[in-house]
Order: sequence, then C-alpha cells, then structure tokens
Amino acid sequence: MRPRQKTKRHKTTRHKPNRKTPSRANTKDTKQSSRLRSYLTHHLQTFVASLGYLSRQPISSLMTSAVIAIALALPAGLYIALDNASRLSAGWDSTTQISLFLKAGTTLKQAEKLATKLRLHKQINKVNIIDRERGLEEFQQISGFGDALQFLDENPLPHVITVQPIIEQENPEGVLHLVKTLQQERRVELAQLDMQWVKRLYTLLDIAQRGVWIIGSLLGLAVLLIVGNTIRLDIQNRREVIQVSKLIGASNGFIRRPFLYTGAWYGLFGGLLAWLLIAIALGIMAEPLERLATLYHSNYQISSLMAGDIALLILISCLLGLGGSWLAVGRHLSEIEPS
Amino acid sequence: MIRFDNISKRYPGGFEALSSASFHLPRGSFAYLTGHSGAGKSTLLKLITLIERPSRGHIFLDGIHLNNLPARRIPRIRRNIGVIFQNHHLLYDRTVFDNVALPLLIHGYHHREIGKRVRAALDQVGLLSKEKADPITLSGGEQQRVGIARAIVHKPPLLLADEPTGNLDPELSREIMELFVRFNQHGTTVLIASHDLDLIRQMGFPVISLAKGTIERNELLTDAQEREH
Repeated sequence: MRPRQKTKRHKTTRHKPNRKTPSRANTKDTKQSSRLRSYLTHHLQTFVASLGYLSRQPISSLMTSAVIAIALALPAGLYIALDNASRLSAGWDSTTQISLFLKAGTTLKQAEKLATKLRLHKQINKVNIIDRERGLEEFQQISGFGDALQFLDENPLPHVITVQPIIEQENPEGVLHLVKTLQQERRVELAQLDMQWVKRLYTLLDIAQRGVWIIGSLLGLAVLLIVGNTIRLDIQNRREVIQVSKLIGASNGFIRRPFLYTGAWYGLFGGLLAWLLIAIALGIMAEPLERLATLYHSNYQISSLMAGDIALLILISCLLGLGGSWLAVGRHLSEIEPS
Repeated sequence: MIRFDNISKRYPGGFEALSSASFHLPRGSFAYLTGHSGAGKSTLLKLITLIERPSRGHIFLDGIHLNNLPARRIPRIRRNIGVIFQNHHLLYDRTVFDNVALPLLIHGYHHREIGKRVRAALDQVGLLSKEKADPITLSGGEQQRVGIARAIVHKPPLLLADEPTGNLDPELSREIMELFVRFNQHGTTVLIASHDLDLIRQMGFPVISLAKGTIERNELLTDAQEREH
C-alpha cells in the first residue's frame, strides 16, 4: 500500500505548482474565497430549501403564520389607533385658551386697553373681548336659563377677555407661568386655564400607550413560543435527517441552519399576513371614521401604516421567528445524537 | 490509522460489550471484523465513530486521542470516516442524488463539483441511472449501494462498514466486497464488520474475530511483529 501512496503524492506535488497557481499565498486565497463562496451558496440553498419544506406542508405552515399574524396585528392595530388619537388631540393644543374674568367695576374701555396691551405679549397668539352684554346673550341662549335671567335687575356677568396662548412643545409649563402673570393684572379678577381636560386626555393616552407596550410584549413573547414549539415539532419530525447528518460529520451550525431559516420564514409570512389583516381592518373602518371626522368639521386624515412601520413590523416578526427557532434549536438539537 | 489500547466498554446497566481489546489497523490496510451478534462488533465501530466513548483504555484515530475529544471537534473527525450501515440510514425525503450529495454539502463543496463527484460515486456502485429516483423505490441491494456511494463520495481516508452485505444475495455481496477492495487499492483504509465467513475466507484479508467482547483472534500484525517487519 505504502509505496503506491508515495508515488501518488509525488505526482501531485510535481504537478501542482506549474499547472495551477504561481504562488502558494495565492492558492490559499483562492481556496479561502471558494470556501466562502460555497458557504454562502449553501446558506442561499438552505434558505430556499427551507421555503420548499414549508410549501410541502402548506396548511400547517399557513396556520402557524396566521397565529403569528393575529398575535402581531393586535398590538400593531392598537398602536395605529393610539397614534391616530394622539395626532388628532395634538391639534387641540391650539384650542387651549385662558379666560380672564375682569373685576366687576371695569368698563369696556378699560377692558379694550388691557386687550391691546395683551396683544403685544410675545406668548400670546390671539386676544378676544366678550363684553358683558354679549356674554349675557350667549349665556341665555346656551344655558337654557333664559327666562330666569330676565328677572335679574342687572347683568351679573363681568367683561371677559379670552387669550389664546402660544404653546411651545418643549415647554408646556410656560402656559401655567403665563396664567400666573395674567392673574396679577390689576383689572383681572380670575385667570382660568381651560386645559384640564386636554391634560386628562394626554394622561389617558399615556396609560393606553403603556398598555399597548405591555400587550405587544406579551404577544411578542407568545410569537416566540409559538415558533419555538413549531420548530420543536419539526426537529422531532426530522430526527432521522439530524442523526444521519451528525454521523456524516455535519457541524452543529450546518444542522441548525435549516431550522433557523424555517423560523425566519414563519416570521416573514406572519408579518406579511399581519400587514394584510391591519389593512383589511382599516379598510372596514375607513368609511365611518371619515364620517366622524366630517362631523367634527375636521379635515383630519386617518394615518395608516407608513412604509417604515410596515418594514419595522416585518423585521420584528422575522426576528421573533428567528429567536423562537433559536430557542427550540438550542434546547432540542443536542438531545438528538446518533445511536 | 486505528489503534485500540486495552479498550473496555461497559454500558449503563453493567453489560460489558468490549473488554480489554487491543489492536492496530495500519493506514492503507484492509481487515474484517467478525463474531456472532452481540460479540461487540457494533460497539467497536461506534467507538471509532465517537457515537460511544470507552469506559477504559485509549483509542487513537490517525494519531488523535479520541478519549477526551471535546464534542465540538467530533464533526471534523467524522468527516474523515465513511460509514456504511446495515440498515442503510438513507433519507427518504430526498432523491438518491441528494442522499449521496449530503457529505459533500457538509464539506462545503461547490455545487458543480458536487454534481461531478456524486455521479462518479453512483457510477462506481452501478446506480448512475437512478440518481433522480426516490430511495424508497429501490430494492434492498440498491439502497445498500446508495449508502456505499454516500460513504465514499468524499473519498474519506477511512471506510467503516457494518454488515454491508447483510441482506444481499451472494453474487451481489461479492461485487460489493470487490468494490471495497478497489477503494482500498486507491489508498483507503477499510474495516468491515461481517459474519459472512465464507465470503471473508474467499477474499483473503486479515480478520479480527471477537467473542463475548474480547478479541479471540487477530490476524493483523502486532506492534512487536510490525517492528520486526
């Protein structure tokens, strides 16, 4: 045996240098780059092959993807609803106003003088005077006490100046400071900020937002577990393949790869389906929402998912799929050894 | 190539499948491993392929001490061994071609190279026409030959076979044995576990016989004889 091997080795060493490549470093480089190329090719093949594996069992693949889709569409849908609500209410900042009830003896002229002064204030956008006569008329119309008010000897209402402040996004406390300043005006009996309800709304939105985060995290965890369990079953079903591959000398990475790609595919399809579900839901609600907007004389446009949001949704979904399969593979692959 | 140094293997439960087995199979040699079922043939092969670890003694494969080899280094060792199983261990979810291509994929060959090598291996076992067939549609003998093609496709330096002719007719068995001899002539070390004593005698290669876990007879040269040689 030995002599034959020796002659063979001689042959190869004699031929290699002049035939193949001029220098040894070069050979190493080409070898490495071809290794890398075949490694990448194998990744691509596994990527496609795992898609083929899913397509051979379409019903169960679809069901898994649908579960993922529903679990993701729910928080994503809530997120859109909240986003719309907070964008809609952002417009209400401009309706914030401060009412200045002037002291009883103040004349209309004095009120107008004060109004002119306030118009120059740099934190004030708009100033309006409601004189006591007009105030009474409005009150009679709106309150329904019209008849009762006629029994009064004199108009109990003071002149009122309404002030629309300029709200700086970065300094919401500035308004409160303005209210304090206005309160100290000589003619002002009471300065009142009509912003309480906006504040309450913001607080509610904040709570809702955190709620969406909690629901989103829980459902994300659910997706992780769903994919993990599906991949666990896949691993059980392909026990034979894993055993044979290990026996032939497949590395753990080689065996892991198809399962990881399968998980990523589940995530991708789940994400796409979630997008579809959200689009359908928005489609169903679009018409009554538009009607509601017109009822409020608002030209508000419902925000749907932007391209960036969709990309993020699908990315998260893919990562959850990958993560789920990673968990399953890490736990169950080492249990299967050839025997 | 393979050196067993006082190897014992005791399974959980106390059954001792091998006791104090020592032998040396030099590189490029061809040997048979015989013995009744339960004599320890399969255990011996499992120790070489690192499916099992010895309870006592030392195993060297190509100079590498296998006893304490960490798990992450096992794949690399196995890639240099072609194994042929009695029950084929083919994958029935893919074609004959893909079965044979598996070791090359694991080795990271380029796909053009894979096509060439798989066809060469199938040609050697006479199954070139069946490359697109599903293994399940093949006869037992054909499946066995697909298993052989898979074991030799990446030209491993060591070939192990566990009862490769177990359920084949005598003529086909002989053909397959001759195939192994051809690989050996190309430099592959071959160790075949078989109880087909007639065929083994006809082939005329050294035999290691096992009985109840001990080596009863060893026709390979001992180390002392090797030194004399």
